[in-house]
Amino acid sequence: MSSADEPVESMVRLSVNGQQHALTLDNRATLLDALRERLGLTGTKKGCDRGECGACTVHIDGRRALSCLTLAVAAQGREITTIEGLSKAGALHPAQAAFIKHDAFQCGYCTSGQIMSAVACIAEGHARSEAEVAEYMSGNLCRCAAYPQIRAAVLAAARGEE
Amino acid sequence: MNPFTYARLTDLSSAIAAASAPGTSLLAGGTELLNWMKEGIAAPERVVDINAICELAHIELDATELRLGALARMSTVAAHPEVIRELPALSSALEKSASQQIRNMASMGGNLLQRTRCPYFRAEVELPCNKRTPGSGCAAQGGEDRTLAILGGSEQCIATHPSDAAVALAMFDAVVRVRGPKGQREVPIDEFYVLPGATPHVETVLAPGEVIVQIAVPRSSMASRSHYLKVRERASYEFALVSAAASVEREGKIIRAARIALGGVAPKPWRLRRSEPGLVGLALDDDTALHRALAPDFEAARPGNHNGFKIELAKRTAIRALQMAGGMA
Repeated sequence: MSSADEPVESMVRLSVNGQQHALTLDNRATLLDALRERLGLTGTKKGCDRGECGACTVHIDGRRALSCLTLAVAAQGREITTIEGLSKAGALHPAQAAFIKHDAFQCGYCTSGQIMSAVACIAEGHARSEAEVAEYMSGNLCRCAAYPQIRAAVLAAARGEE
Repeated sequence: MNPFTYARLTDLSSAIAAASAPGTSLLAGGTELLNWMKEGIAAPERVVDINAICELAHIELDATELRLGALARMSTVAAHPEVIRELPALSSALEKSASQQIRNMASMGGNLLQRTRCPYFRAEVELPCNKRTPGSGCAAQGGEDRTLAILGGSEQCIATHPSDAAVALAMFDAVVRVRGPKGQREVPIDEFYVLPGATPHVETVLAPGEVIVQIAVPRSSMASRSHYLKVRERASYEFALVSAAASVEREGKIIRAARIALGGVAPKPWRLRRSEPGLVGLALDDDTALHRALAPDFEAARPGNHNGFKIELAKRTAIRALQMAGGMA
């Protein structure tokens, strides 16, 4: 049992999509829950809540990571980017446009995570071929099996196709 | 999850002091710890975040060894040019692990300390599991044991260790450097893991307060001729059914030296020390002779209900990995 004067909550400063937020959170809160429940940023989805599906993929300091396996309090001081932070001034990110053009989603539930993963995959230099895309996007599951179109969208975005 | 306090530390001595206190878990990548907490496998009262201890994240090379800081991330190590050049089997093992998201978060130290994927250990409702609740039994034996051990198990536990990197590190004779209240010590990776025996809940030789600080791998020209082969039911994003890390020195087709470690068959990476000497002098493309030469390490193999196929699969995987390491497959 924690002693009475040791706090199980923390004041957490989160930097999300360039905006600063100060929240008092239970230390158990994941970044995923903080984004969705406290900041109203529901673009990031909870698929499995155990790090197996990739639907909760966000960028932390520019690298793709799973927000369901990140404690919100541990994300303090790091730059977090969510799907809401991809488009600039109302213009779609090229990856978002590619997903639309290539019909890369059906129900849309995995899509936020797919796009966040795709943007990072391309930045990592892991989208040079269809086989490489298939391998490096394997942390994002799609129950609708839009995989061929997802691969096409990621390749197209990587190649800078309009 | 039970409530816990959270603290962020920036120096190693504080981390050691924190790790010595009962009910405290250190937080690195969190990719195992958070699931343990969600599943009730771990219930710390204090979580101590060590990610700011920068000295633990370095990757260094000198004339004799490559040193991987315990907080170096799996993806960073996998993509490091010197790791790719000097220890290709390690880079490959890391790239074949988990997903890129997990590899970005997960630390090398945490990777060594990950726990079994045995479905009885990980079950959401508590099932007989001596590792999770000492004395409760082992429902895996005579049960769903397809992914479980054929070597190194005991009557109490047949869990397999899921780390790919640990298999490569065992093949490379890596050394785990730990620091604790009594100072620093080095543990060869083969001795770092403890077989289940009568105490499956004890998995490593880490004493209370001891923290992995570094993994050191000896350099050699043989190490740079290495390969990691992972056999699994899906093409990606899946644990190994059986895997093999191998390195070889050859003169023409003739093996002059060989090292093989297996994953997916035992509670720790399984180095084929009994068979390695017998491989010397054999032709690298002589599958029959190689297969025969591996027999000594499988004499003790104990197949269960559904995992007997691993005996033959492990031998073939070992041979193929050795051939790929030698550029002959």
